[in-house]
Amino acid sequence: MEGALNSGDTAWLLVCCSLVLLMTPALALFYGGMVRRKNLLSTLTLSYIFMALAGVQWVLYGYSLAFGADIGGLIGGLNFLGFNGVGALPNPDYGKTIPQGLFAAFQMMFAVITPALITGAFVERVRFKSFLIFSLIWMTLVYDPLAHWVWGKGGWLGALGTLDFAGGTVVHIAAGYSALAFALVIGPRKGFGKIPMEPHNIPLTVLGAGLLWVGWFGFNAGSALAANGVAVNALLTTNTSAATAGLVWMVLGWLDGRPSTLGIATGMVVGLAAVTPASGFVSPMASMVIGAVAAVICYYAIRFRQNRNLDESMDVWACHGMASSWGMIATGLFATVELNSAGANGLFFGNPKQLGIQFLAVIVTMVFTFVVTYVIAKVLDMSIGLRVTTMEEEVGLDISAHGERAYS
Amino acid sequence: MLKKIEAIIREDKLADVKDALREIGIVGLNVFEIRGHGRQGGITLVGRSGSYQVDMLTKIQINIILSEHNLEETIKTILDAACTGETGDGLIFVYPVEEAIRIRTRERGHEAVMYPGDIDEKKHRSKS
Repeated sequence: MEGALNSGDTAWLLVCCSLVLLMTPALALFYGGMVRRKNLLSTLTLSYIFMALAGVQWVLYGYSLAFGADIGGLIGGLNFLGFNGVGALPNPDYGKTIPQGLFAAFQMMFAVITPALITGAFVERVRFKSFLIFSLIWMTLVYDPLAHWVWGKGGWLGALGTLDFAGGTVVHIAAGYSALAFALVIGPRKGFGKIPMEPHNIPLTVLGAGLLWVGWFGFNAGSALAANGVAVNALLTTNTSAATAGLVWMVLGWLDGRPSTLGIATGMVVGLAAVTPASGFVSPMASMVIGAVAAVICYYAIRFRQNRNLDESMDVWACHGMASSWGMIATGLFATVELNSAGANGLFFGNPKQLGIQFLAVIVTMVFTFVVTYVIAKVLDMSIGLRVTTMEEEVGLDISAHGERAYS
Repeated sequence: MLKKIEAIIREDKLADVKDALREIGIVGLNVFEIRGHGRQGGITLVGRSGSYQVDMLTKIQINIILSEHNLEETIKTILDAACTGETGDGLIFVYPVEEAIRIRTRERGHEAVMYPGDIDEKKHRSKS
């Protein structure tokens, strides 16, 4: 029966919602381990705060802008303000067998983690107040419209036939290119390139990467919005891509000296980011190629960024932005309707047009997120200032911004 | 005449050096954990993509106050125990010491740095 709730699907999405929520604390640990000890609490807070900030924004108006009644393919209407009418009944456009309230909650977790990803660009130097204002504007002007374009009913990129299963454009390219733009505006940390900035606690980062992998099952397999074969395929491709990328990264690091722990953990996350847009459309063998190529691209993207002496501190652009750009293109190569009838065939299955659509979606996302973020950051920098003072930066943001320290 | 040895050695060699010094009868010493670098300028660590330089390394500084006649034997012991032959083995500095006073007994000079079972007692015992 059309429109009837399915308890299996609903139960699965309730679990996935929790798994994706877990990814934000996981990301906090992942970044936290890589900063210096005087900025650990600050770095954790930059991610954690979105569970509060996006958690409120999404209910008030974020969900409505992203998934409300379409206005010209560009933005959602205001019909879901305050989760009005978003409750126990399914919305036929967004998960026919689960309550719309659950779809909205699941999507909320994506709205939480995406801006948290960007914070890797400006850790150890951003002014907390400016960061909060930036984040609220960014969620409103960048995330909500982009989510509508790709996933909202009537959104123009989705209507074109863009395949983005779980957020290659909306989450990872958006975060990556926004991170790049923000890093260019705020400038490098004091002493960057002159003094070594060692990760202060790699075990935190490794733990974070592991929890991200766990959470990513909810992120990708949950994006099927049902407990079905597509969800299982997404889980398999997610795992396979992460595994392959971890191995390839290990080998690349080994060829450059040693197989570093931090490198292997990074490779795993890169594999997860790369397969995100493709996960529900491609086979496990295709996801192996996706993970392997992503590791090579991102490994050298980090090198490229380092050689430019650009302090995009946690490599959000090099890892998430570049991995998912490739993942989107790869979706245009490897997607097949045999695995997901709601998808489309890619180039290797006789449909070169899909590759063109994927390219377009990648370019549009890069340009839109980079330009708008650059403008927001620049305006804030020239008005209230994005950076803490030199003294506050030297003391560390844990003490200077939050009045506490991570280790006593 | 009292001397002070200030030996900067590898972190990993502390146990070897301490054991070797105890063996010859150097009983009193102070150990500091310090950070710095020498001629080598630091070491290379592996990061996410390739390697990077770290210039502040943890080293161990051992301070020993002793009588001049025990100096060369002690230096040789440290040299043998702390050496790996690789860069980063460290350095030894020797300074003259103006005076040494044991607070409990108010002994001064050579007396102040003597212990039961120390290097002098061992030498004395092996002679007799």
